[in-house]
Amino acid sequence: MSDLTLDHWILMPIVLPALMAPAIVLAMRHDLVLQRVFSIAATFALLGIAIDLTFQAAGGPPQLYELGNWDAPFGIVMVLDRLSALMVLLTAILAVGVVLYATTSGWDKRGRHFHALFQFQLMGINGAFLTGDIFNLFVFFEVLLIASYGLMLHGGGAKRARAGLQYVAVNLMGSTLFLFAVGTLYGVTGTLNMADLAIQVSRVPASDQALLQIAGVLLLIVFAVKAALVPIQFWLPGAYANAPGPVAALFAIMTKVGAYAILRVYTLVFGGGAGDAAWLAADWLMPAAIVTLAVGMIGVLGASGMIRQVCFAVIGSMGTLMIAIALFTPEATVAALYYLIHSTFAAAALFLIADLVVARRGADGDRLRTAPRFPQSGLLAGFFFAGAIGMAGMPPLSGFLGKLLVLDAAMSSPSMALIWTVVLTTSLICIVGFARSGSTLFWKSAQVGLPQVGDTAAEEDASPVPPPAPSTMTMAEGLPFAAAGLMLAGMVALSAFAGPITDYLEGTAWQLYNPVAYIQAVLGPDAFTGQ
Amino acid sequence: MALTLIVLLPFVGALLPGLMIRAGRNGCALATGAVTLLAFVLLMSQAPAVFAGEVVHARWEWLPAIGLDANFFLDGLGFLFAGLILGIGLLIITYARFYLSRNDPMGQFYTYLLLFQGAMVGIVLCDNILLLLIFWELTSLSSFLLIGYWKHLPEGRQGARMALAVTGMGGLAMIAGMLILGEIAGSYDLSTILQEGEAIRASQWYVPALILILLGCFTKSAQFPFHFWLPHAMAAPTPVSAYLHSATMVKAGIFLMARLWPVLAGTDWWFYIVATTGLFTMVMAAWIALFKDDLKGLLAFSTVSHLALITFLFGLGTPIAAVAGVFHIINHASFKAALFMTAGIIDHETGTRDIKKLGGLMVLMPITMTIATLAALSMAGVPLLNGFLTKEMMLHEALHTEWAGVPWLLGAAAVVGAIFSVAYSFRYIAHVFLGPKRDDYPHHPHDPPFGMYLPPLILIVPVVLIGLFPAAVAGPLVAVAADAVTGGNLPDYHLAIWHGFNLTLVSSLAALALGAFLLWRHRQANAVRLSVPRPEAKRIFETLVDGAAAGARLFTDGLHNGSLRRYLAVMIGACILAGATAFLNASHAPGGRELTHVPIITLLAWAVLIGACVTIVIFHRQRLLTLVIVGVVGMLVSLGFVYLSAPDLALTQISVEVVTVILLLLALNFLPKQTPRDSGTGRRLRDGLLAGLGGLGVGGIIYAVMTRDFTTISDFHLAQSKPGGGGTNVVNVILVDFRGFDTFGEIIVLGIAALAIYALLDGALNGPAVKRLRSWVPDQERARDRHPMMLVVATRVMLPLSLMVGLFIFLRGHNEPGGGFIAGLVVAIAFLMQYMASGFGWAERRMKIDYHLLIGWGVLAAGFTGVGAWIAGRPFLTSDFAHVHLPVFGDFELATAMAFDVGVFLTVVGSVMVALANLSRLARVTEGPISDDPMDVDPQRRGPGTGMPDAAHTGKAEG
Repeated sequence: MSDLTLDHWILMPIVLPALMAPAIVLAMRHDLVLQRVFSIAATFALLGIAIDLTFQAAGGPPQLYELGNWDAPFGIVMVLDRLSALMVLLTAILAVGVVLYATTSGWDKRGRHFHALFQFQLMGINGAFLTGDIFNLFVFFEVLLIASYGLMLHGGGAKRARAGLQYVAVNLMGSTLFLFAVGTLYGVTGTLNMADLAIQVSRVPASDQALLQIAGVLLLIVFAVKAALVPIQFWLPGAYANAPGPVAALFAIMTKVGAYAILRVYTLVFGGGAGDAAWLAADWLMPAAIVTLAVGMIGVLGASGMIRQVCFAVIGSMGTLMIAIALFTPEATVAALYYLIHSTFAAAALFLIADLVVARRGADGDRLRTAPRFPQSGLLAGFFFAGAIGMAGMPPLSGFLGKLLVLDAAMSSPSMALIWTVVLTTSLICIVGFARSGSTLFWKSAQVGLPQVGDTAAEEDASPVPPPAPSTMTMAEGLPFAAAGLMLAGMVALSAFAGPITDYLEGTAWQLYNPVAYIQAVLGPDAFTGQ
Repeated sequence: MALTLIVLLPFVGALLPGLMIRAGRNGCALATGAVTLLAFVLLMSQAPAVFAGEVVHARWEWLPAIGLDANFFLDGLGFLFAGLILGIGLLIITYARFYLSRNDPMGQFYTYLLLFQGAMVGIVLCDNILLLLIFWELTSLSSFLLIGYWKHLPEGRQGARMALAVTGMGGLAMIAGMLILGEIAGSYDLSTILQEGEAIRASQWYVPALILILLGCFTKSAQFPFHFWLPHAMAAPTPVSAYLHSATMVKAGIFLMARLWPVLAGTDWWFYIVATTGLFTMVMAAWIALFKDDLKGLLAFSTVSHLALITFLFGLGTPIAAVAGVFHIINHASFKAALFMTAGIIDHETGTRDIKKLGGLMVLMPITMTIATLAALSMAGVPLLNGFLTKEMMLHEALHTEWAGVPWLLGAAAVVGAIFSVAYSFRYIAHVFLGPKRDDYPHHPHDPPFGMYLPPLILIVPVVLIGLFPAAVAGPLVAVAADAVTGGNLPDYHLAIWHGFNLTLVSSLAALALGAFLLWRHRQANAVRLSVPRPEAKRIFETLVDGAAAGARLFTDGLHNGSLRRYLAVMIGACILAGATAFLNASHAPGGRELTHVPIITLLAWAVLIGACVTIVIFHRQRLLTLVIVGVVGMLVSLGFVYLSAPDLALTQISVEVVTVILLLLALNFLPKQTPRDSGTGRRLRDGLLAGLGGLGVGGIIYAVMTRDFTTISDFHLAQSKPGGGGTNVVNVILVDFRGFDTFGEIIVLGIAALAIYALLDGALNGPAVKRLRSWVPDQERARDRHPMMLVVATRVMLPLSLMVGLFIFLRGHNEPGGGFIAGLVVAIAFLMQYMASGFGWAERRMKIDYHLLIGWGVLAAGFTGVGAWIAGRPFLTSDFAHVHLPVFGDFELATAMAFDVGVFLTVVGSVMVALANLSRLARVTEGPISDDPMDVDPQRRGPGTGMPDAAHTGKAEG
């Protein structure tokens, strides 16, 4: 008998939350403390596993896990390579911050089943990152979609329900499209395993190219829905702005699922070895990415609320990320991945900060207008400043380095002038947008007197406003700040250790652009000789 | 190491003031001062090396992927600037201690100041242009905080935002410029770039790089047309103004021009852009300064003018002019910092900085007056003070350089600028200190405490000493710094007061005289100024930004208007467009498979399917009808599966169809039965077109796929189902074995959906929505017989049968059509029927299971089946099966897949029941008390049904 867990370590990021969630439903649904303890413990365990997996991935070739002991391409496989390990690790870090915030801010008690849904959500996300099978990817897309829908509606309210409907409708449309695309792909290639697809796609005859490429572009649209690319970005502002703060923060990784899928499928399946269909995504992605960046940052300038502003910043950051992906060179992919990590932290931090602010502003919510001064506004101003700097790509936080990497990678592109102009101009728009909102929220409001007790009758879904202006916080009050601070610290660490991190990412990009190792890990050493 | 420390100290030290403020204001200031002093001392410890001509290096690898490294170097130029930043920084810290009032948060102030100081030191010491960009943007950010420090002042906030926007924009342009520069030079290290001057100037990318970098410099150093932010930054506390606008922030642009001088200077482009901008800004700003009534406004524009002077000198591109530029940096820093501090003192002591309200302070504030006068005279360029020396050097260069073939143009402009400069400098003295003593000062003026005038006093010392003994006092420093600027091509020069009686001296003296005259005729000059149009930069800027924000809002909100229909239309349109383009751009050949014969029955079903779909489109607003027809479509699909010999799929489809239609019906109970008509003909045409095209496209794809032969992995599944999976029903084996992991995911989806429904409705029942539900009036007539006897009896009879069928379907699943999923649905339907027949309340009392448990157990069972394989040393979900012989029952096959299937079964039942339970919870809120009886009309009971809605409720419903 071999070691029970170590052999199956790759699967743990999926199995652990998948078992924790039903256990919470079964045994702990009546006790919030139990739920919290186990949910937090499981999330930390996930972090530990993810760290270990990342080291494993860094140390060698891609690793295979064959579910049900069926060989690829006939069964489903999980593959751990540098990219999937990185994404799982990022998810785990984010999840730790989010679960701590949700617990300490009391969000988790505003509705039922928060922790169960949260664990299921993690399972879905991790599965999407680890799977080596495109239909299984669809399944995990469903898991993470339905779990996110549940989380989004957490806490209830009419606005949330309305926004949730749009979110789920657009995403179900995406799922349908996913099925069309995968069905077509299966019709042309006869396989669902991504490594096998890579081989079969290269053998697709000219007569089937049109079908293959239709499947390819439809799949791209599916992933673009997740990644909130123009013209399918519409769902994001409503959905994220109405989601509970910690859930919106967790959703920072959801758009990255789309980005991950694009990067994975369009380097592996439709990459350099795909014959006529090689680099299929590039021509579509670049213009969409550039417009997405512009639309997002214009939204930052034009937003009427703080949370909505962050939502558009997320769209904009997806634009930047997709520009880097769409270049489809190893250097650009390093930039893309670095920026991906960064923008996840930045978005999560800003959503959490916005939630802290909204909870303290009472009836004024997130609207960008002067309002009575609220407790801890100085500290929150500092947090917001840092978060906005990160999001706008100003130094010293990692956004600046990410942007530098992207610009540097774009230097060899024929559309360099356009990319540089848009990236730099939108940075300015973003800076101006955040400067305006921050100045209104924190500076202008500072002159308004402290609220009378009667003024702050809390709104339906804002937590009761604490008594005004205690200059020092209690430990309990400070904990949500610590959780938000963790996300900011992520950006700091990302800057400080940019060297080792880009080293890892260079290896990651190398794996992506030399998929032979991946394919051989899945299909065996003679993958390319068989039929 | 020392270099790195010098840069790091202010950043690390920035943590101190926030803490030390708890030790009082003095403690806070002392701590801050100590940090700066330490950095200053460290810098001075490097002085011997620098003056010996050495370049000190410190290198740390950071982000080698793009050549961004934390490299620092210290040469003469860096030394000069770092000295100014830290030295004047010390004085500012002292001054600020006395300037800030008790109500100002001093900890914050010093924190910002140290951050800013660190960023500035970083700029001047770094040896990597990417690193320089980082520090550059950091100065923009930290100055934003400093300028907006008095956040209660709208001017402070606006000024801060304007400074950030303008300098931020320049910084962004500079990012592009620096990246290009590094690309040409092949390295981002400054020391390397400085060696590559010729290659860079010869490159085709030289001009774009130059323009982009200069954008950064000009915005930072407030050169026309970006000069407008600087005066508005004066809303900051005076120590900030003094620091930012004498030695630091605005000098960053100058520094960079000096730093890159060996690389970028010397071309026509450089000359015409830099020198012209410099000279023009110098004259223009000096003219404006002359008429500023605000002391700090006057100094602000004089700063712009003097920065322009330095810019002009560097722009000339000759080594001797560069020497003059370096020298003026020192001189300007000393007298301007002193002047700002005196302006602050005047403001602090008299309560106003409006020149119109001042005058006659000579007697009241003698110390201040002495300092201010010396500094202002130096600014005017009066001999024996340091300002005179560089002004003469500037005039000399201007008079001896021709511009586009015109020899006198630069000289004349420079003299005009000098005249204005003299005039405003004299005005600072004459209109503030001279004249009669007034009796309407807001406060009674007197000299400030010692700590407040000490810093400007210290600054006056070099103003005078350099003015008297230039070569001895400033000579070595100017030499090392200028040596760095000129890249080692230091020209032959000597710093002296007397260069003989020449044209330069004449123009210098003439400027003094004419400047004095101009001040005398100030009123008339002002009339001239008022007669020409004066664009108000701030208003233009604010209008632009506000307009952009309003436009952005219109655009964004117009685009994201919340209409789901639009979002979906765009998405479908995108799919059609992308699909069509992909199809047209790739090769395609029709499939070779022969079409099968179409029997009449298929044709018929096809026609009904089409008919049903068309009916839905026509009657889609009548939801009940639509639901029924959707059911018809589902049934036809099931028939299709049957026809195509897929009994598993058919069974699944039918049971899913039944469950969904029932649940939808229950939900529809609470919804309007009609969809409102909410779109015009045009939009419906558009949607119809999109839907039609989309449908045709999908149909086309399916047709194309089905008309060609292909081999798939399914062949393997067919072959391995029995030997590998232990079952003859390949569909089931695929579901629970080959692709059991998919099923695992899908049952989790079901479970999550049920949890989400529960959470959503639970929230609704505990939230404000419950009020609406309570007052909800059924929009359709209620049946008088809610729980009809026939239905109750029939479902009771059916229950055991259904459960048996469910069990049967479950058990045979592995080999025959069936399985956990279908069985779960069948059992769920059987229960559903009980609930429908007798009401939820009645049924619930007899089914004492929390359906959450079923979901939990189901997922766990499936999960642990998977984990169970680990014990056998196999991967997750590896199945095993064995044939067992039991007496009486005979041979049995036991497969682990069955345990997995139990999980599927439980989850399906649980999910459906949780959904049902929650819909009925809604119903109980709206429809009053639950019935205790299985049916309303019970033959065993007497009297009418007690389960009927009570009279009051019915009355309300009808009223």
